[in-house]
Amino acid sequence: MALMLLLAIYFLLPIYFLIVASTKPQGDLAATNGLAFSHFNLFENLRVLFTRSDGIFGRWALNTVIYAVLGAAVGTLISALCGYALAKFRFRGREFLFSVILGGVLVPTTALALPLFLLFSATGIVNTYFAVFLPSIVSPFGVYLARIFANAAVPQELLESARLDGAGEFRTFFSVAFKLMTPSLVTIFLFQFVAIWNNFFLPMVMLQKESLFPITLGLYEWNGQTARAPLLQESVITGSLVSIVPVIILFILLQRFWRTGLAAGSLK
Amino acid sequence: MTDIATRATRVVRSPGGRRRLNGGGPRAGTIFAFVIPFFLPFVLFYLVPVGYALWQSVRVVRRTGGQYGTSYTTFGGFEQYGKVFQNDEFWSSIGRIGLFGIVQVPVMLFVALVIALLLDTPLLRLKSAFRIAAFMPYAVPGVIAAIMWSYLYSPQLSPVVDLLNDIGLKPDFLGPGAVLWSAANISTWLWTGYNMLIMFSALQSIPQELYEAAKLDGASNWAIAWRIKVPIIAPSIVLTTVFSIIGTLQLYAEPAVLRQISSNISSTFTPNMLAYAVASGNNYQQAAAISVVIAVITFVLSFGFMRLTSKRAGL
Repeated sequence: MALMLLLAIYFLLPIYFLIVASTKPQGDLAATNGLAFSHFNLFENLRVLFTRSDGIFGRWALNTVIYAVLGAAVGTLISALCGYALAKFRFRGREFLFSVILGGVLVPTTALALPLFLLFSATGIVNTYFAVFLPSIVSPFGVYLARIFANAAVPQELLESARLDGAGEFRTFFSVAFKLMTPSLVTIFLFQFVAIWNNFFLPMVMLQKESLFPITLGLYEWNGQTARAPLLQESVITGSLVSIVPVIILFILLQRFWRTGLAAGSLK
Repeated sequence: MTDIATRATRVVRSPGGRRRLNGGGPRAGTIFAFVIPFFLPFVLFYLVPVGYALWQSVRVVRRTGGQYGTSYTTFGGFEQYGKVFQNDEFWSSIGRIGLFGIVQVPVMLFVALVIALLLDTPLLRLKSAFRIAAFMPYAVPGVIAAIMWSYLYSPQLSPVVDLLNDIGLKPDFLGPGAVLWSAANISTWLWTGYNMLIMFSALQSIPQELYEAAKLDGASNWAIAWRIKVPIIAPSIVLTTVFSIIGTLQLYAEPAVLRQISSNISSTFTPNMLAYAVASGNNYQQAAAISVVIAVITFVLSFGFMRLTSKRAGL
């Protein structure tokens, strides 16, 4: 029990530190104990954060939503379609296709980023939303999960009867399979969301324009400037808190789903 | 879950499914329409870049007639790879990451396993709260985690450094010997809970009757944990190890953030940082060769580890 308590402190300490530090005025950061609250300045810190450089932080937040939320949503849909087809349709080359996609899981995303940059520079996509958004929608792991889940959740007989009723394949997918697969689709969405949200190398390679940055890249740049502009420190801290709290809350609310996903992911 | 999956595989292979080969089923065009929305981007943003990197890595830039001649790229065989293997910075980045992985991965997975086993015993209270606490770092991106920890490492701001100073220790988390382990701590903090949950999910799917039988034979809780539970979840442990190996070789964000506050991290600290530095110097062919070597090492280590363990454990 003592061991567990110690570990819990370890896991929560940086987050607790961040909460405390976000409530302090810049001057108190170094001057007061980092683990104790001092003057409550959170709202002023938030105001400064969101108005700094013409409100660029709000823009970064919006970009993050576009890259991570929209990207994961589109990615989940196309993974679901493909995984469902691989699970439920029999066709030539099916196993080969699946092996190729599965091989994609093992390609390090950082090794993809540099050649993608060159290809995108040649086509002029570099330094646009598409440069980060398009590669992010591809999740081979999502297809792998979707195939497992479609096999497990969608009974073949149900599809047969929908076909007998004269429903087309897409109609069957969206009105029958999609509903049965919904819990697992939430899982795929969560995993892909985290993968995009975590992918720092790709946006860093692709983007020079500050107005296109996701929060992570923006805060990284600000953090690099704190030596010259110490006042940025408080905004980096408050910005970090603002960016992770909604995600943590989302994860706590949806814990049922990531637990299913982890269990399925550990099968192989 | 194991249950569902085995059942699922059976569905695929069942004779009922086979029948569909000759029976009705969707037409080729329909199947194509389901697969293509994923497969087209997959080809464009996965397969083509991999091919392009391979192609780039066998090209070299040459000049016609001396230093001031015009440059052109041409086929260079394995010249770029030769340069990678002769590059001291490449070997030191590999050595650093190797040392990092050999220490960090086992420590992290051992802690994760211990927590998973503890959570699986009936002894403990407040389990779900603890599980969430341990998993929380997974929701934090590497960059943000590194920023948070860098504040905890920095001598000016850190309450941890203050505390350790008070008890007479003079820690220097960003010093030349320590900074690699400070980065390792960030990875450990980020991923222990995730790995723990994979192992914990596997533990939960073990049928309880197994334990009852062992108890009747007089096995202690420890014996049950190490002799029954651990061998059964061995595939999950292998999987988390492979993921961790891949993750270690890709390390970029955490050292890049620490570099902003520590002069003890060079721009070529990890293989990926080296690749990026070389690409920034406009030597794309060399950067491509480095990326390919990193990817190949990743493949060899992951597959090698899987083969080795599956042979030994007879999985």
